[in-house]
Amino acid sequence: MLSNIKKEGVNEMSVIWSETIRPGGKWSGVIGRGKLLRLTAMENNANVAMQFFHARDLTEKYNMPDTLKAQHTAHLTRGNILMSDNGRAMASIVQDDPGWHDPLGGYTTRESTDAKYGKSLYQEERNSWLRSGQENLAMELTRNGLGMRDFSPVVNWFSKVVCDPEGNMRFASGNSIAGQAVTLRTEMDLLVLLSNTPHPLDPRTDYPSVPLKLEVLPSLEVDSQDYCVNYRPENLRAFQNTWTYYALQG
Amino acid sequence: MQAFYRVESPRLAEAAVYDEIIPAGQGWMHELKPGQVLRIVDLEGNQAADTLFYDADHPEDHYSAIRTISTQQNIYLTTGSSLLAESGKELVRIVADTCGRHDTLGGSCSSQSNTVRYAHEKGHMHNCRDTFMLELSKHPEGHLYGKRDLAPNINFFMNVPVTPEGGLTFEDGVSGPGCYVEVQSSCRSMVLISNCPQLNNPCNAYNPTPVRVLIWNG
Repeated sequence: MLSNIKKEGVNEMSVIWSETIRPGGKWSGVIGRGKLLRLTAMENNANVAMQFFHARDLTEKYNMPDTLKAQHTAHLTRGNILMSDNGRAMASIVQDDPGWHDPLGGYTTRESTDAKYGKSLYQEERNSWLRSGQENLAMELTRNGLGMRDFSPVVNWFSKVVCDPEGNMRFASGNSIAGQAVTLRTEMDLLVLLSNTPHPLDPRTDYPSVPLKLEVLPSLEVDSQDYCVNYRPENLRAFQNTWTYYALQG
Repeated sequence: MQAFYRVESPRLAEAAVYDEIIPAGQGWMHELKPGQVLRIVDLEGNQAADTLFYDADHPEDHYSAIRTISTQQNIYLTTGSSLLAESGKELVRIVADTCGRHDTLGGSCSSQSNTVRYAHEKGHMHNCRDTFMLELSKHPEGHLYGKRDLAPNINFFMNVPVTPEGGLTFEDGVSGPGCYVEVQSSCRSMVLISNCPQLNNPCNAYNPTPVRVLIWNG
């Protein structure tokens, strides 16, 4: 697991910040460019829904269709980058244990959570009540000055959805195991929102209970040999758009 | 073999209350009253009509491609598909479709995505995202919407298969001259269409052509 990280020049002693997100938990924060964000699943079958915005211009955000069609993929793995609606590389996937992360499935809602796992109320269960992705993200969007209109496709890290030739979507169970990690490198200053809630297509009816470790580490400068930059010619052009943006900032 | 589900409409063009042509490269922003039916006709075949729906009474609640496909557990749209807003509210429902399959993963082209997908030199070419923004600037209710509201859209008549291995491809050939799709509005909805001007991929068979829009009262 650590071999890829070492290739990316990470010093394990240099963790800037770390936090463990409980099952059902949420987080949002700004992570400056040129850092690594490592997500580690503490149990099997994790799922973390994540949204990305440009921290300096919140109208610019991760664009699912632009990201997928430019890289001719319907899933995300090492080498792929997350592109914004302004054609810029926002983040790169520099290390990936599970090998498949889902950009299509979306997030759970209060209604879908109650329907699948049984009605859950804070009044009765206090802080062990079952949270939903939509409510978690709504709170973090609002906290950051955003709102309903800023809901957009999430990346579901650690999850896999397969489509058959008729277009039917099937959740592939067992995509990730305890201890596996995925590491993103921020290519822009990002506002990151996450919800540690189940994948909406996960057929299990017991609410998954997987803590998630978040770590931010320094990254080496991106060079011309970088795997993600060279993964596809489209990626290089998206990086060039990002570099132009920062060159103009001075 | 891939199944295509084709359902014809009983509605006659003569009975429509609205009937217009949208040339390629132009847009259209129009309100639908509850129960009204909108037909989009691919007049010459293989034309992509990039389309968004909103709850006109709550413009912040946009069409959600992901909510829609995740709820029906199928990535393609056709007759019977309930097109949902981010809140989960049904905005419109597809009630007829002689094409049989429509994409909602490919999104719309933009100057910026053209620079990424093709070449930096393609940034000058006309694109759907510009058309969407021009329509928002012109419509009397357009000030209620902005770039933040340009969620991933529907590409009526476009074919973007996902392979079982997780690949995404743009392919030719599921629509033909005269194919149409009809949606019935479940609320007061706002429709935003860009008749796609893309010349760099087969989504319009490299030849953008007009579409026709007709509306019937419910």
